Amino acid sequence: MKLAVLILDGPYNHQAPDSAYNFIQAALKKGHEIIGVFFYDDGVINSTKLMEPPQDDRHIGKRWSELGKSGIDLVICIAAAKRRGIADDVLIENARISGLGQLVDMAVAADRLVTFGD
Amino acid sequence: MEEEELVQKKMMFVMRKAPHGTIYSYEGLEVVLITAAYDQDISMAFIDDGVFVLKNDQDTTGIGIKGFMKTYFALEDYEVEKLYACNESLAERGLKKEDLIDVNIQFMNRSEIAKLMEEQEVLFPF
Repeated sequence: MKLAVLILDGPYNHQAPDSAYNFIQAALKKGHEIIGVFFYDDGVINSTKLMEPPQDDRHIGKRWSELGKSGIDLVICIAAAKRRGIADDVLIENARISGLGQLVDMAVAADRLVTFGD
Repeated sequence: MEEEELVQKKMMFVMRKAPHGTIYSYEGLEVVLITAAYDQDISMAFIDDGVFVLKNDQDTTGIGIKGFMKTYFALEDYEVEKLYACNESLAERGLKKEDLIDVNIQFMNRSEIAKLMEEQEVLFPF
C-alpha cells in the first residue's frame, strides 16, 4: 500500500513523532511504500538540527535525517516553519522545506494518509 | 508540458478543537484553503470543541491575536460549501443555531457524520 504520513506535533513534547517513526518502520518492514512524510503545525520542529537531546536518549532529528537518507521524502511546511524559526540554515539533512500543496499531492497520490498528533 | 490527469478525492477536514488556545484550528483552515485550490471534493465537519469555531461574534482583541473568523465567510468563494456541524457537540456545549455565524451549515447527528467519514478517501483531523 502507498502511505503518506502527516505529523502535527513536536519532538520530545509529544509522542506523535515517535509513534509516526515506529509506524513507518513497521510499515516498511511489511513491504508498504511510504511516499512521503509531511511535517505541519509544531511537527515542523522535528526538522531542526539544533536539537541536542541527552546522549542516553533517542535523537529524533537524526532519526528523521537517516530516514530521509534512505530515500523517503521528508517535507516541512514552509508557512508553519517560518512561524517557528525553522529555515534552511537550521534544517536537518535529507529533508526539504516546501509548500502545503505537497501535502495535498501526497494525500491524492497515497492510498492512505495517516496522521499523528493531537 | 506534460499533461497530468487531475485526481479528485473526497477529503474531509475534521475540526475538533476550539478556534483559540492552540493553533490547530487556524493552521487546519490554511490547509483547507490550499486544498481548495487543488480542486478536491472538500467538506468540513465540526465536532467536539470544533463547534466553537462556528460561534458568532468572536472577538480576539482581548487575547492579542489576529482572528481568522472572516475566512469562514469567504469559504464559499473557495467553493468549500459542505460544512457539517455535530448536533450532539453543539448541545453538550449549550450552543444553539442562533449562536452560530451566518454561513450555510448542515446540522447532523454524530452517527450521520460518522457515515460521511466512512465515505471519505482522505481525513484531515485538526
